[in-house]
Amino acid sequence: MAPLLELEQVSLSFGGLRALHALDLHVGEREVVSVIGPNGAGKSTVFNVITGIYSPGGDIRFDGQSIVGHRPHAITRLGIARTFQSLRLFLNMTVKENVKTATYGRTRASPAESMLRLPRARREEVEVEAIAEDVLSFFGQRLLGYRFNQPAYVLSYANRRRLEIARAMATGARMLLLDEPAAGMNPNETHEITELIARLRDERGYTILVIEHDMHVVEGISDRVVALDHGEKLTEGSFHEVANHPEVVEAYLGRNPEELQQ
Amino acid sequence: MTPIGVDEWVARSGDRRDQSGWRGRLGYLDARVGWWQRLFLVGLAAFVYGQFVVGGNVNYAQTGFNVLLYAILALGLNIVVGWAGLLDLGYIAFFGAGAYGYALFSSHAFGNLPLASGGVMLPAIASIPIAVAGVAILGVLIGLVALRLSGDYFAIVTLFVGQAFAEAANNVAPGTLGGANGLFGLQGFHVGSAAIGSTLGYYWVAVIVLVVLMGLLHLLDSSRTGRAWRAVRDDSLAASAMTIPVNKVKVMAFAFGAVVAALAGTIFAAQQSSVFSTNFSAQTLILIYACLVLGGAGSIGGAVLGGVVVTVAQQLLSSPIDSAYLFYGILVIVLVTRVRPWRYLAAVLAAIVAFGVAAHAIVGAISHRAIAGSPGSAGWFSTALRHYVIVPRGEPLTYGNILYIAAIVMVIVVVQLKGIRRLIAVVPTVYVGICCWEARLTLDPGITAQIMIGAILIVTMAARPEGLLGTRRVEVV
Repeated sequence: MAPLLELEQVSLSFGGLRALHALDLHVGEREVVSVIGPNGAGKSTVFNVITGIYSPGGDIRFDGQSIVGHRPHAITRLGIARTFQSLRLFLNMTVKENVKTATYGRTRASPAESMLRLPRARREEVEVEAIAEDVLSFFGQRLLGYRFNQPAYVLSYANRRRLEIARAMATGARMLLLDEPAAGMNPNETHEITELIARLRDERGYTILVIEHDMHVVEGISDRVVALDHGEKLTEGSFHEVANHPEVVEAYLGRNPEELQQ
Repeated sequence: MTPIGVDEWVARSGDRRDQSGWRGRLGYLDARVGWWQRLFLVGLAAFVYGQFVVGGNVNYAQTGFNVLLYAILALGLNIVVGWAGLLDLGYIAFFGAGAYGYALFSSHAFGNLPLASGGVMLPAIASIPIAVAGVAILGVLIGLVALRLSGDYFAIVTLFVGQAFAEAANNVAPGTLGGANGLFGLQGFHVGSAAIGSTLGYYWVAVIVLVVLMGLLHLLDSSRTGRAWRAVRDDSLAASAMTIPVNKVKVMAFAFGAVVAALAGTIFAAQQSSVFSTNFSAQTLILIYACLVLGGAGSIGGAVLGGVVVTVAQQLLSSPIDSAYLFYGILVIVLVTRVRPWRYLAAVLAAIVAFGVAAHAIVGAISHRAIAGSPGSAGWFSTALRHYVIVPRGEPLTYGNILYIAAIVMVIVVVQLKGIRRLIAVVPTVYVGICCWEARLTLDPGITAQIMIGAILIVTMAARPEGLLGTRRVEVV
């Protein structure tokens, strides 16, 4: 079976700086793949080239179709939605509006139809309402009820991360790219995020690509782990294979000084 | 396990809000009255004003019309600036283009052309759609080019467009556009076969346009387009990652603003029955911005309220007695709201009176001529203040100019000071301000009106940065 997302020889340079070099990566349907690597390894850059913020060399195929050169909104409409490492919610809009906003690509009503509340605009508003309540209910009590109409800035940090995932779900995507979903969370919340990612795949059928630094989360969720350093793939495989791989250990911890002396 | 991170305390903050006192009661009402009921109240207020207050007084009708015109203009600007977050400084060009478009098609202006000698003279029902559609296309074209730039650069380019419009109207094809003489003898609006001749008639047209526009824009605001605009304003990168075509949505907002401005332009042209390029100067643009900022960018009600406040203030400032009421009214309101507790307020007010009387007596003892002039305010203010303010006889211009600068310096000092020192410094500052008003500002009402609107804007922004009806925007760090 062909993988859902396929990166082939993807390269990207900023001036003289080689951010990604001849990167091959694939994610199968309903697979959870984690990308790990030290700071500056190019993990977030991988997300940025997939979602169209940068245009790389090489080829990226989603569901068999090349998406290189498409603009971000077009790529999300094709089915890849993301969250951001440094939360980028619409903070001054309400919780529900944040989610509804992401349904723009799934609705068609023109401004004139909306202003006159013509049938299509009304039908779509009902659908959007249902989508919003559905994705928010996925997070249990966290984002439900009275929080719907509060501005997003009153939410706690962990809830903002949840809301970002809810917003990505509302785009109608099949694949989610989660950029450090457990960053800045306490141990309980981290544990919850691990369960949540598993539920996203099992209950909702999402294919998931995750960047994560917390190795407990990576161990708990990953079907496969890809290790990056300096924009190149060091290795990939199961969590234990990658975690014990000498190059990965070296990239994180440096070389053993005793070995160096020999 | 008790869920961690359920921020109950934050979520229920609304329930803990104090419901006593006038602020609490206002907040309670605010939560109860729905949007459409408010729109009805706006319409009702406009009806009462037109039906019972105007009463054949042309000035009142004209003021009412101006209020509505600025409210409509502020509503259009709100789409671009308040919702989509684009600092459009060329907005005035679309207002002008709408007015000139209407003027061309509903006057003898095209009469010089061989194919339509005698003028085009289309009825309003035809020339309004032509003018508005033309401006919509213009808006899309300018938007497509200008929106390749972002932030400050966009503002500069649109500013250029706005300034270029007045120049173009003045210098391009003076035979058709009339040059500096403008276009006049425009055809008015008709209802059936009856022409709308009176200012009050145009007032009613503007009321209908405003109320309908408010309703439509409210529906648009709560639709996918409105959400997309606000998303682009908050974070355009995140918006594009959430399926929103950022450029298209921005151009749409720009064009929508242009259409509303053009619509206002056609009504304005028909009511004036003439257009001049000076009607569309940067000064008018600044007034529209003042309406929006004062009322609260991003809020439909705010834009309309801003239009009311700014236009009415302008009107009051052109009359000597009303401007005195406004000046002293604002002075008292600022003191009453800013000076707490009450005994301090009483002390400050008493000190201001005593300070003035003493200063007047001392200066009078030194030189009689220095206090021999009469205060500039009209009516009972002049009598009341005769033995209070220091106005020299003869030519008080230089004296007034010095006082004006002194007043500004003293206000800056007051702002820098804290606590009891500030209260003490307020006393001479207010006195110098009053003297300056009586000796100088009342002499040039036109300039004073602008200074006062600037002052009102500063005071309001200091007290409520989000504007009168705006929602506070929060940046999380």
